[in-house]
Parts: sequence; structure tokens; C-alpha cells
Amino acid sequence: MSILIDENTRVVVQGLTGRQGAFHAEQMLEYGTEIVAGVTPGKGGEWVHGVPVFNTVKKAVQAKGANASVIFVPARFASGAIYEAADAGISLIVCIAEGIPVLDMIRVRNYLDHKGSRLIGPNCPGLITPLTAGSGVKLGIIPASIVTPGPVGVVSRSGTLTYEVVYALTEKGIGQSTCVGIGGDPINGTDFIDVLRMFEEDPETEQVILIGEIGGSDEEQAAAYISQHMTKPVTAFIAGRSAPPGRRMGHAGAIVEGGSGTAQGKIDALQDAGVRVAEHPEQIVDLLR
Amino acid sequence: MNLYEYQAKRLFAEHGVPIPDGDVATTPVEARALTRDLGGKVVVKAQVLTGGRGKAGGVKLADDPDEAEQLAGQILGMDIKGHTVHKVLVDEQAPGIDQEIYLAVLIDRDRRLPMIMASAAGGVDIEQVAAETPEKIFRVHVDPAVGLRSYQSTYLASGMDLPRELWRDFHKIVSGLYQTFMANDASLTEINPLVITGEGSLLAVDGKMSIDDNALYRHPRLAEMRPTEEEPLAEREARAAGLSYIKLDGEIGCMVNGAGLAMTTMDIIKLYGGEPANFLDIGGAATPESVTAALRIILSDPNVKAVLINIFGGIVRGDEVARGIVQALEQVETDVPMVIRLQGTNAEEGLRILDEVDMTTAKTLTDAAQKAVAAAESA
Repeated sequence: MSILIDENTRVVVQGLTGRQGAFHAEQMLEYGTEIVAGVTPGKGGEWVHGVPVFNTVKKAVQAKGANASVIFVPARFASGAIYEAADAGISLIVCIAEGIPVLDMIRVRNYLDHKGSRLIGPNCPGLITPLTAGSGVKLGIIPASIVTPGPVGVVSRSGTLTYEVVYALTEKGIGQSTCVGIGGDPINGTDFIDVLRMFEEDPETEQVILIGEIGGSDEEQAAAYISQHMTKPVTAFIAGRSAPPGRRMGHAGAIVEGGSGTAQGKIDALQDAGVRVAEHPEQIVDLLR
Repeated sequence: MNLYEYQAKRLFAEHGVPIPDGDVATTPVEARALTRDLGGKVVVKAQVLTGGRGKAGGVKLADDPDEAEQLAGQILGMDIKGHTVHKVLVDEQAPGIDQEIYLAVLIDRDRRLPMIMASAAGGVDIEQVAAETPEKIFRVHVDPAVGLRSYQSTYLASGMDLPRELWRDFHKIVSGLYQTFMANDASLTEINPLVITGEGSLLAVDGKMSIDDNALYRHPRLAEMRPTEEEPLAEREARAAGLSYIKLDGEIGCMVNGAGLAMTTMDIIKLYGGEPANFLDIGGAATPESVTAALRIILSDPNVKAVLINIFGGIVRGDEVARGIVQALEQVETDVPMVIRLQGTNAEEGLRILDEVDMTTAKTLTDAAQKAVAAAESA
């Protein structure tokens, strides 16, 4: 039915009292997500959209049994919020913020690996699992109106580009098991291989769409994994064929450096692994099996 | 953010890396005075944020103040790959060069750690070395929690066959370069070349440094060092408006919400025979303010013959986006044809609003790209 999140997910929203936190928490609640608590230091005791606010994540876990967190705090406070969630024993942490320094992410990732917590993001739209036509579980900002339940798993480094693809699927009546945005930063919490492995093991996912972009070698590594371990078909799109080398294309991780990380290199690697690669996002739907 | 050579080397020197005596001049007369103070034999180096300045004639040796003044006069104002030279660095000449070494600290994305790279084949483009003789490059990774250890620089030094008597000094330089990297939230600190001088000592003759933009908020001193004189005006304005804009050479201006979708929009323009004039991400939500600012910046490029606005309405609804675009277009006067593509939540309603004000609209990305390419060709 899904990966990472399902009807047993009990969410704490870090930064619930902020403008972004309150807005997106309301959207998540409307979609049916079980938000059991919010956290804002100094605002413990307040309520937002009927959700109690605590001063610390630890309190939220103790009082409400939260097992997943969504972080809606500005970048410069985000790494602190991630450490706090991991320290409180949260096993799934979703961080939306764009702009966390790379050296901070190196330390964060190392800490999480030791703690055994999984981070989705940062600089990502989060993830969503549609359960029925109008409801499901959502941690993050993916618009619920564009998803519908079904057998396709989607994993992506991008935000609105993912929405495009998911929307096109839904328009054609092709539903999704879970859509995961892993984020556009050079160092993040979860990579393509992690999500591909989960989709491969998920009985309800029949095939996977992978949306990559220039920079780094996550797509090349995913290609190697696909050719060795995936039995389910994978269809892909890679953004940035026309991007000039040496320039960061918005996302901190989207840069061709020293001739590596090019779109063509990634497309070749994926095709060699038997992945169908679309020339433009609207073609993806036609390439599905 | 990339720094000039002289800025990079000064930051290296703060952590004990030996650099030549020298200073920056913005006029030939200043270069002359500096040369006199430095004892007469100098190298005059164009300060530009691009490679290949040596080949372009931007680096010259001078044997006396007269020559330095004359060379500085030639180099200042020179155009190197589209970059105008506003400053020269006047450095004391190294006392002979026996060998050139490459040394850098950067982030290894796959290992998620800072990595130190060293090669005895310095002085040339390291990417060429990596492609042709990869066995000449030595790498070590540093766990920030542990820090650099002397055995790691020993591994680099012995791998490069560095003379044994220089290992201790080499370790200090590697350590200094790593500390410069960590202390300043750099994404690159590079010395190329690190020379073994005729006197048998190590000297960082050239330096390069990039700072992680996301960390500038905690380095106000570095933020002030931003070489804005080289940054195109439009990119500076975009940064001030919180937009991500990169000017390119094509004729179709692009305005898109989201970086991945913005790249994709450029790709599809190219797929249908056009050339994108820019990358522009107005952020996830398209507000009238961000659309107005973006439009002004795109139209400041005289090469732009058509504009493609591609917005996916997700949480922000398509009709709201359409009203924002209409509002923005009322504020920015232009004859440049616009193609607007809206998709997602309430897109139909949004397109109706745009049709009413007589704008070229498109529902699919393919349709939008073809219309924009056609508009640019007939303009």
C-alpha cells in the first residue's frame, strides 16, 4: 500500500505555531493525517487547529506517542530541529527547509545514521501516501489534490516537477502508492537507492518513476542498484540537459562539476540499466508499462 | 560564492599557509608603488573569477617598478572570457620553482565528507590530470568529528614522492587549508600550484575558494567580500529579490516556479529548437510581487524575444496565480510576446482569466514550448 508512512503514522509538527507550519499542518489535517502534537519552544500549552503544542519534541513523544516529525522552521534553525527529533527517538523526520549549510548536513547525516533515524530532505516537498480518493497521509507540502491511490511509486529530487508528473498520472487515472521528494541538496538524508529498495519490497507498488536532475552521482548509483536488485520496472526523467556546467541551477545540489553529474551521463547509466528515460515529463505517462 | 585569488590566499594565510608577499592594485601607479616596496621582482596577476587568465595574458612577470606599472596598465581593463579586470594582485616572485603541486579541500558528495586531494602534477587543470592520469591524484577523507590527522598528510606526501624534509611543512599547509575550509563554510579551498621553491620551501602561489552561500548568514565578514563588480546586474537584482536567476545566451526568457521544473522548461525549449535566455526560479509559490520582479529581470536582457511563463499551481491555486500574472503584466510594459502555461489545481479557471486579457496560453509543456519558440522566431 505504501512506504515510510501509513495510517499508523503519528505526526509531530516542529514549528507548528509559525505561518508555514500552521498553514501546511491544516492542509495535512484536512487530508486525514494524524497530527498528534506540535512543538515550538516557549509556546507549550497553546493549541493550533486543535493540536496541542509542546516546548520540546521529547514531551510530544512522551505525551502523544508521536513517531514521525515534519519540520517547518527556517533553515538556520532546521539542523537543530533535526537533532532534537532524532534525540527524542523519532524514526522518520521530514525537513522541508531550503538553505541548510552543507557542513551542517554532513554532521546531521552522520548523527542520524548512528541514531537510526531516517531523514527525508532537506530542501524537499516531503512525502504523501494516498489511501482513498480524497484522503491519506501527508508529511510535507505536496498538494493533496493532485494525488490518487494506485500502484506507482514516485521518487524525486525536485518539488514542482514532481507535482507535474504526479498530476499527469492522476489525470490519466494512474494512481500512486507513495510519492517521496528526497530533496535538491548535495547531502540529504535519504537517497534514491533507499527509496527504490522500499518500493521494491512494498507489495502494493508495481512500478516506479524516478525523477532526477544534474549534479552528484545519485542517479548513476540508482542505475547500478536497479540493474542488480530491482524486479519492478522503473521509468525516469532527468532535468538539466541544457544546463551550463559550473552553475548551480537553483538547487544547491544541481551543478555539473568537472564534467561529472551531467544529464547525459545519468540518462546513459539509467538506460544501460534497462530504465526507460523520458525526453520530457509529459512523456513519462506514455512510457509506463 | 567564489572569491578572488587574493581574498582566498589571505584567508589561507590566516591559518598558517605560506603565501607570497603582495597586495592588490587598481591602478598602474599603485602597482608601481607596490613593486618598489616588494623589492622589484614581481608577478602582476589579473583578479577575475574565471580560469585561463594566464593564457589570456592576464599574468605577467615584471623585473622592476616601471615594467610592473606598464604591465598593470595592460592588464587592468582587459576582458578575460567576458570578465573585465578591475584589480591586479602584485605578488613577490617565488625564488625559483622546482616543482608544482596541486592541493585542494572539497566535499565528496558520495562519501558525505570533506575530501583532500593532492597531486604532484600541479600547475595544470586538475580535471585533465583526473581524466588522463588518475593514478597521480591522491585522496583522503576527513571526518569533521575527528579532524585531519598527520598520517593522512603523510599518505598524500609519500604518495606524491614529496622530499622527506618537506613533510612537516606540507602537513601544516594541508592542515591550514582544511581549517580554512571548515572555519569559513567553504565548498572549495584550492592551491594550484603549491610550489617547491628554488630555496626548497613550500609556497602557495595561486589560490581559489568558494563559500557555501547557505552559510553566509553566519560569516558577515565573508558576505562583505562578495565580488559584486563581476556579478551581472540582473543576477545581483534577482538575488536581492530572493529569486534564483542565471543568464544564458538564448532568446526565450523563462519564468518558472521550482528549480527542477525551471531546468525542465529550459530543456524542453531546446528540444523544440529554441534556446533558453535564462534559468529563473521564482520559488514554490508564485505571488504578484515575485512575478513582477522576475519579469523585469528577464526583460532587462535585450536578447529576449519571447517569454515563457510556466507555473504549476499546487497549494497555490491556478486562478490566484493567473490574477498575480495579470497584475504583474499591468506593471511591466513590454512588447515581447508572452506564452503562459498553467497547470495543476484550478488551472482551467486560471487559463480562462488569462484568455480574457488576451494572452497566449497553453495547457501542456510541449504546447507552451512550441508556441514560445514560434513567437521568438517570428519576433
